[in-house]
Amino acid sequence: MLARDDQHSLKKTPLHGLHLSLGGKMVPFAGYGMPVQYPAGVLKEHLHTRNSAGLFDVSHMGQIALRPKSGRIEDAARALERLVPQDILAIAPGRQRYAQFTNTDGGILDDLMVANFGDHLFLVVNAACKDADEAHLRANLSDTCIIDSLADRALIALQGPKAEAALAKLCADAPAMKFMDAGPHEVAGLACFVSRSGYTGEDGFEISVPAADAERLAKTLLDNPDVMPIGLGARDSLRLEAGLCLYGHDIDTATTPVEAALEWSVQKSRRSGGARAGGFPGAEKILAHFDNGASRRRVGLRAEGRAPVREGALLFAGSEGGDPIGKVTSGGFGPSLNAPVAMGYVPTAQSALGTKLFAEVRGQRLPLQVAAMPFVKNTYKR
Amino acid sequence: MTTTLYTSDHEWLAIDGDVATVGITDYAQSQLGDVVFVELPKVGRALKKAEAAAVVESVKAASDVYAPISGEVLETNAELASEPALVNSDAQGKAWFFKMKIADKSELGGLMDEAAYKAHTA
Repeated sequence: MLARDDQHSLKKTPLHGLHLSLGGKMVPFAGYGMPVQYPAGVLKEHLHTRNSAGLFDVSHMGQIALRPKSGRIEDAARALERLVPQDILAIAPGRQRYAQFTNTDGGILDDLMVANFGDHLFLVVNAACKDADEAHLRANLSDTCIIDSLADRALIALQGPKAEAALAKLCADAPAMKFMDAGPHEVAGLACFVSRSGYTGEDGFEISVPAADAERLAKTLLDNPDVMPIGLGARDSLRLEAGLCLYGHDIDTATTPVEAALEWSVQKSRRSGGARAGGFPGAEKILAHFDNGASRRRVGLRAEGRAPVREGALLFAGSEGGDPIGKVTSGGFGPSLNAPVAMGYVPTAQSALGTKLFAEVRGQRLPLQVAAMPFVKNTYKR
Repeated sequence: MTTTLYTSDHEWLAIDGDVATVGITDYAQSQLGDVVFVELPKVGRALKKAEAAAVVESVKAASDVYAPISGEVLETNAELASEPALVNSDAQGKAWFFKMKIADKSELGGLMDEAAYKAHTA
């Protein structure tokens, strides 16, 4: 249990009081007190999100506006391309793209979402990295951009097959949005930023709302019997089943986007031979990984038995002896699959689908197979 | 006539002669959340008091279950392999983990009765 002082030093999101009133079990996460689960529990919350709709408080995440001093959005886009291997110039107004801040070794400093809001870029970054990300932006982009930390906004994710109908009652624009559309929209009369995206593999939305109005909006959404509050526990099992990386676990400063199997997120324009090839931190190493392959790769893993294989478990080629060939970076039980699921890094030679491996759990070697991700088919509205 | 005793690590023991049936308490299951997997000791294993004897896993985490006393494992609950959720629905009944032969009755002296355990979890 946490000492009282630790509890008090934790930051609170604008929905803190609501979490307590809903019976949320609060835990420290990235410096915030966050609900790991509500009385329904992780399993029911997970399944409810897949079958109906779940509401997540993700206000601990960082929201940053990148405003071009020139007033020309392409100047902000070009500036941000100095820090990420993505094609930012090609993000159309009202669209969003997944990106990574890289370091000079080609590793990943953080992963983020970048949206084009017409006159500025809107970034959503991980809670644990947000101060460092903001400092990184200020140090590198202050010549061309105003870096505006939007600390007075909450962020609410609404995910699941009934998310569209639930949001449509408050936001007439919502049904027409497609996966990765993003922009300012009124929700319940409030000036919000809405994107059709999330971290569960389900169709859904993320809604940035002024902090002062966040509780009212969350309560209005929760008044809908289809919508249940969901804690961090189910958020993790949902994203794991969706094959999505958790920063600091599946990706970090020692993994390149190619090793992390995130090639799809690096557009051709930034790769060797592209119109704006390179020009981001660690480009030499990352482009070499694109051109020549990397020696290891992030893969999905399915166990043959029912024992969950968790983060840190060592991977072996055989049922006994030999040195470890890799490590599990995320793992647990997938409630929708009713089976254990994991992801980890293995030598590229052993990364083909169906490759049989073993994970060491409590001194025993459990058989696993390299499996396709997502483990649960995503339902994005394309 | 059985007597039920408790440990500070939230295991219960039903004592019947020189045999103890061991499980985790209802309080423990409520703290763990939805149980998805239980690993039980092998029959015949000689457990030493306080060593890890079983593992109970929720969606989120794995927790050790310690041998509350020393003794040999006589029988394990096969039902938990196919239905781990029994731990949530009937922790102190159908979801017993294993039965053990009590090696040293004096070890029972360090355990709590129901009233003491209730105070411990209050």
